[in-house]
Amino acid sequence: MSKVKRNQIIAYSLLSLAAALTVTILLAIVFYIMSRGLAMINLAFLLEEPRRMGAEGGIYPAILGTVYLVGVTLLLATPIGVGTAIYLNEYIREGLFKKVIRFTTEALAGIPSIVFGLFGFIFFVILLRDITGGWSIISGSLTGVMMILPVVIRASEEALRNVPNPLREGSLALGTTRWYTIKKIVLPLAFPGILTSLILSIGRVVGETAAFLLTLGGSLLIPRTLFDGSRTLSLHLYMVAMETGNMDMAFGTGAVLIILIIIINFLAGALFKRLIKRFS
Amino acid sequence: MTEQTNKSIKIEVNQLDFFYDQKQALNKISLEIPEQEVFALIGPSGCGKSTFLRTLNRLNDLIHKTSLKGKIKIDGDDIYHSSIDVVQLRKSVGMVFQKPNPFPFSIYDNVAYGPRANGIKKREQLNAIVEKCLRQAALWDEVKDRLDDSGTSLSGGQQQRLCIARVMAVEPDIILMDEPTSALDPLATLKVEELIHELKQNYTIVIVTHNMEQAARVSDKTAFFLDGVVVEVGETDQIFTNPKMKETEDYITGKFG
Repeated sequence: MSKVKRNQIIAYSLLSLAAALTVTILLAIVFYIMSRGLAMINLAFLLEEPRRMGAEGGIYPAILGTVYLVGVTLLLATPIGVGTAIYLNEYIREGLFKKVIRFTTEALAGIPSIVFGLFGFIFFVILLRDITGGWSIISGSLTGVMMILPVVIRASEEALRNVPNPLREGSLALGTTRWYTIKKIVLPLAFPGILTSLILSIGRVVGETAAFLLTLGGSLLIPRTLFDGSRTLSLHLYMVAMETGNMDMAFGTGAVLIILIIIINFLAGALFKRLIKRFS
Repeated sequence: MTEQTNKSIKIEVNQLDFFYDQKQALNKISLEIPEQEVFALIGPSGCGKSTFLRTLNRLNDLIHKTSLKGKIKIDGDDIYHSSIDVVQLRKSVGMVFQKPNPFPFSIYDNVAYGPRANGIKKREQLNAIVEKCLRQAALWDEVKDRLDDSGTSLSGGQQQRLCIARVMAVEPDIILMDEPTSALDPLATLKVEELIHELKQNYTIVIVTHNMEQAARVSDKTAFFLDGVVVEVGETDQIFTNPKMKETEDYITGKFG
């Protein structure tokens, strides 16, 4: 066998091994959590309020809290993030101003989430408590927005940049405005990339605990308005495991969390697709 | 000849300079382009003919750090005057690009794109425009049964005729063509050239081409560009049979380029 061919086989084997390892680890984790957690899940677990700090009862408030938090965060971050990306990529040219915005978003992306949490706690929870209600879904969402904006902006910008320029020129040369061109040509073509960034952001919000411990507060009550405190499933999982030691409840929560993420991703895809269609 | 001198001047270019940043791309260009004729711009790569073409619909405005001196008048109006609405200008000065650039939606929607942008919503009205323009672009018979297919699924030559139909749907007076057949095979090229011949009944056409035979075949007047300067301009027959300048002769006989 030639050396080239042998190297090919070795490289191929190593790469497939790496891929197989990744998938196996991932599946093993999901399988383990599911096998321990699924047994916990029943209607009562999903729809009842927790008792004894979450050691008994259900996780309904945490499910609601997660959905509200993700929803409000995306509702605020999507227009700001995508709008910023459109502005950066479609309206202004390379220059100092653009560099400053880029540097800022990049710096924002590198900040550990606990620092956002601390800022959110001092700014939204304490300073603006008359507006945000202190520990609340609003405070948590605003903190979440700051966390995910850099990702949304950068990924949306990338998606916009990938739209071929001849199509922009073709549209503008037909005597359409820049905004019409963005609406009809650029945004629909950039849509899949933008959607990916939003879905990744959902993952970041759902998985975050530290920042939301400081801004959501961790209330076990069912949130009645967006100005009530709450907790997300991740937060609930953490608190149940640390404070009550009831691992079965924690695994049950974990299983629900995984299922919820799959559902949210699916719904987000369908929803944004419809939005874009109506929009254009 | 008398017939041609009677034609009114559609585009009048006076002492046009154009710069990319510091680099001068066009130098004191002065041209008169008559109505309802085909005006060819020839010259070697990088001589400024495409740049010149893109000054006529102000597409160069999109490029960062470009500047322009001199005047371009269309129907007597200075198109770089601050009172000119660029969007309106581009409606009356359509453009066909070097590489066909159909939008990634259906054939129908490609042609209807401009009219829709102008607020035409009625289905019957759009149907009529789409059919008329596809017929004018000699594409109707080939696509009439699959108007819902994607524009990008067509062959290169069909795509380019679709782009021409798309331009006509906006009802311009002038159509700019930037090497419209350079990405096409000979048969598709022939079709587009026949189309250009048809179109000059109704439109003023300015075409950039690398292909000498093409300029000779389709155009009434020709301007030869070299290093950002118009070396010679005149009736196409005269330019190709009896050029006055040595550079022109060298270029059209293939000594350089």
